[in-house]
Amino acid sequence: MKQELQKYQKTPPLLIILDVLAALSLIAAFCLVMFYAPVEVEMGLVQKVFYFHVAAGWTGMLGFLVATIAAVACLKTGEARWDAASLAGVEIGMVFVGLCIVTGSLWARPIWNTWWTWDPRLTTALIMELVYAAYLLLRSGVDESSRKAKFSAIYAIVGFISVPLTFLSIRIFRTIHPVIVGGSTAASGSFAMTGRMEVAFFSSLAAFTILFAAFYWHRLRLGLLEKNLEERRMELNTGEES
Amino acid sequence: MTPDTTTYMIAGFIIIFLCIVGYAASLIFRKKNISKKIINLEDNDNPQT
Repeated sequence: MKQELQKYQKTPPLLIILDVLAALSLIAAFCLVMFYAPVEVEMGLVQKVFYFHVAAGWTGMLGFLVATIAAVACLKTGEARWDAASLAGVEIGMVFVGLCIVTGSLWARPIWNTWWTWDPRLTTALIMELVYAAYLLLRSGVDESSRKAKFSAIYAIVGFISVPLTFLSIRIFRTIHPVIVGGSTAASGSFAMTGRMEVAFFSSLAAFTILFAAFYWHRLRLGLLEKNLEERRMELNTGEES
Repeated sequence: MTPDTTTYMIAGFIIIFLCIVGYAASLIFRKKNISKKIINLEDNDNPQT
């Protein structure tokens, strides 16, 4: 047990490399967005937020997907590490989806002349965020760890319905939210991406994906460390009682 | 004419980077906190060392 605790306390070299790579790729993506991608004529400089706004949305949804896969594994195996893996995905997903909502609002203000509108995409994204906020509330409401893992896993699987619904909302409902990839340019705030814009866009997606991998690894290790600490405490308490 | 939306762009990027740095800091802080708890636990377990 002690060895396991020490294992999670020390950061592995590969994770340090991933951290550096994430920081460098994020800086590179930012430079491409600012200095390589052209300024969109109708919206001006605020359009540059789009690159990180979409990347944040993608990363958030990736977090929820990973959380769901881990939740299925948790239910199947009953192992505590899968519960930690699911929680890590939800937490990071919430951070990035929250970021996506806030940056979207900032983008909307000068383009739609409002901070918020109950458009299908915005509404489903907010619902998705609230669904996963409820996941965290559910966890805090259950004390016994195996029950907590089981309930959380079931909730994470059911809650994932909100993710494809959010993704598809702009494609199946009438909406003012632009569909940049594979959509028309008819919506307000929409635009056709040029070659340089595409480079900045896919670089941002790649940078955020690497950042997600680094964050996820750190959060997973933290979760496993918490679980080990909890077990160690229980072990000591049992030892004292006997 | 292209509108001047620079303020919104700056605000957007400030929020993005603050959020990323803030989350990274929270991970570091939480890890340090747990490490401290582990050390305390080990000390309580072996008071003679």
